[in-house]
Amino acid sequence: MHVLVCGGTGCQASASAQIIKNFEDILAAKGLQDEVQVVRTGCFGFCEKGPIVKIMPDNTFYTQVKPEDVEKIVNEHIIKGRKVTDLLYMDPENKEHVADSKHMGFYRKQLRIALRNCGFINPENIDECISRGGYEALGKVLSEMTPQQVVDEITKSGLRGRGGAGFPTGVKWGLCAKNKCDEMYVICNADEGDPGAFMDRSIMEGDPHSIVEAMAICGYAIGATHGLVYIRAEYPLAIHRLQVAIAQAREYGLLGKDILGSGFDFDIELRYGAGAFVCGEETALIHSMEGKRGEPTLKPPFPAVSGYMAKPSNVNNVETFANVPIIITKGADWFASIGSEKSKGTKVFALAGQINNVGLIEVPMGTTLRDIIYEIGGGIKGGRKFKAVQTGGPSGGCLTEKHLDTPIDYESLAAAGSMMGSGGMVVMDDTSCMVAIAKFYLEFTCEESCGKCSPCRIGNKRMLEILTKITEGRGTMDDLQELRNLAAVIKDTALCGLGQTSPNPVLSTLDNFWDEYVEHVVDKKCRAGVCKKLMRYEIDKEKCIGCGACKKNCPAEAISKTDYIAPGHKLPSMMIDPSKCIKCGACISTCKFSAISVK
Amino acid sequence: MAKVKSLAELKAMREKLQSTLDLREKSNDPDSFQTGCMGYCHAEPTIEVKCPGKDPIVFGHVDNNRADEILTKYVMNNEIVDGVIPVNYETI
Ligand SMILES: Cc1cc2nc3c(=O)[nH]c(=O)nc-3n(C[C@H](O)[C@H](O)[C@H](O)COP(=O)(O)O)c2cc1C
Ligand code: SF4
Ligand code: SF4
Ligand code: FES
Repeated sequence: MHVLVCGGTGCQASASAQIIKNFEDILAAKGLQDEVQVVRTGCFGFCEKGPIVKIMPDNTFYTQVKPEDVEKIVNEHIIKGRKVTDLLYMDPENKEHVADSKHMGFYRKQLRIALRNCGFINPENIDECISRGGYEALGKVLSEMTPQQVVDEITKSGLRGRGGAGFPTGVKWGLCAKNKCDEMYVICNADEGDPGAFMDRSIMEGDPHSIVEAMAICGYAIGATHGLVYIRAEYPLAIHRLQVAIAQAREYGLLGKDILGSGFDFDIELRYGAGAFVCGEETALIHSMEGKRGEPTLKPPFPAVSGYMAKPSNVNNVETFANVPIIITKGADWFASIGSEKSKGTKVFALAGQINNVGLIEVPMGTTLRDIIYEIGGGIKGGRKFKAVQTGGPSGGCLTEKHLDTPIDYESLAAAGSMMGSGGMVVMDDTSCMVAIAKFYLEFTCEESCGKCSPCRIGNKRMLEILTKITEGRGTMDDLQELRNLAAVIKDTALCGLGQTSPNPVLSTLDNFWDEYVEHVVDKKCRAGVCKKLMRYEIDKEKCIGCGACKKNCPAEAISKTDYIAPGHKLPSMMIDPSKCIKCGACISTCKFSAISVK
Repeated sequence: MAKVKSLAELKAMREKLQSTLDLREKSNDPDSFQTGCMGYCHAEPTIEVKCPGKDPIVFGHVDNNRADEILTKYVMNNEIVDGVIPVNYETI
């Protein structure tokens, strides 16, 4: 028998170490230490109900266990085999105690469809992929379905593009299929340029065959025989695994001529990108593949009409493709039964920032931000206060407390002032300054703007200048209005999606964190203590004993003696000259009397 | 490797492969390989151990010493060691 005690950060904060010790002591006292083993685990993602104790092999899941409950668990459960009911998890819906963790709703919060094989198979071995049903969807469409039926099936499933905009995939395939031509292309967008995003990379590294298979299915559906993957050269492992997968598929006759005896030919080539964010935009991507400058052009014409080499082309994102084979094998109705009304299936997110369980997650559409942050992500690091969550990367926005119960799908995120984007999700606590965050994303877009059109090239630069002014304490209230004006013009007039969405991080923080902007402008204060120019280090003259430790450590010689001696102290207090202080923070860490603070 | 010529052949292949993979799992010859990201970046690096007849277990924060411990304790003696990462998702 095993007793698993959560040793994650959340549960450790609530005495899990003591629980482990109590288990060890009590079991030893009863001579059970050889039969029952106590094991510390990683976070169960259930920190809110922590500390968690799980008994194996019967999977009993105890929540909110206190050190003094241990004796009862040992006596009742371990010795007599009776579960301790009042420590079992209570289902909030039907108020029933659930003993077996496998039946807890919380385990159903994450559902892996696109990531179904990631971490399970050896991605460089096609046999493992085939043993899990790989390429059977391709076999099925080639032997049992017409191209139109494939398009219809994908349309019916409700699958929408995971690259950001959420265009219905089946409809896109159908539009492309209408433009029959001797030469057509299936393009996989593996550019993944959002800072911090790694969903697509993980799929290509963990399950490259699903992309190969899906591209062939798409080729059959639209009538294309060529596939191209546009992948950034910064992804060497993903490139290697795709190459291996393509070579193995060719060897097995799953790519190449006359696939599975059906007469259908399809093959895939890789094209490498240099890692420019704008090259993820489909027209820029196509130009880049053609050897031209990676700059967007106006749509229409859409790639479905005139894409790679002016031939009809269908561009889809990696994660979009990863969903395709399983829709074919399990059926459109199955897929459409998952998710919310207008957004079907699941979405993969790269969870990052001030959250306990950073990592890759996949949840059904319609899951709330709260569930993701608290139940899957395990809550905010160090038990700090949640402040904002950024979705959609440089094109998205920051949502706050009041949006936590927003179900995640394309429409509701857009209505809340952010967007789905490709799946980056950065959680922030009260140590983040929202003005600085907006500035960070704008710096990114300024850097990545291709410069072709002036609203984006010049407008974003102006916005960045204003934000810089504000973070340095030189902003005015007029600047805040000017930010809004500029944002509106850029959104309306920029040529491509990069420029059209680049003001979003600024607009959403203006909307949701107006007070914080005003504080920077009027009070010249950054409450998170992030904007260095607004920080002031001060010595409390009553607490300072005059030891001079800070003075010795200050690299800027900004600290000097005053002529004030606080009551009860022997030496004069120190003071900091704000004009000399470089805000390095060295003094704060040397003061043993907590006399120095940041204002 | 000869080419696969039809869906039926592919399915037959899957069945055969499933049983050989089962065999590999049931055999006592350990095998290790690199997979894709399992999603547990907060506990990296992680390894998953699948012993015959048992649910796979993921261990987090693995280094050389921990790997030794996992091999000698869990793989050879079926003692679970600290640092198990609980599975928190369903898959299809
Ligand atoms: C600036 C910009 C960057 C983009 N970057 C990506 C990207 O990295 N990956 C991606 O799949 N789509 C990206 N897109 C969206 C693509 O233009 C296109 O809509 C998408 O690849 C279509 O595939 P989907 O329908 O499967 O989502 C980007 C769009 C813009 C405007
Ligand atoms: S909006 Fe920006 S990235 Fe897009 S074409 Fe204009 S300058 Fe280039
Ligand atoms: S913050 Fe640095 S520069 Fe400023 S007073 Fe303290 S030690 Fe000196
Ligand atoms: S730390 Fe124990 S459940 Fe998260």
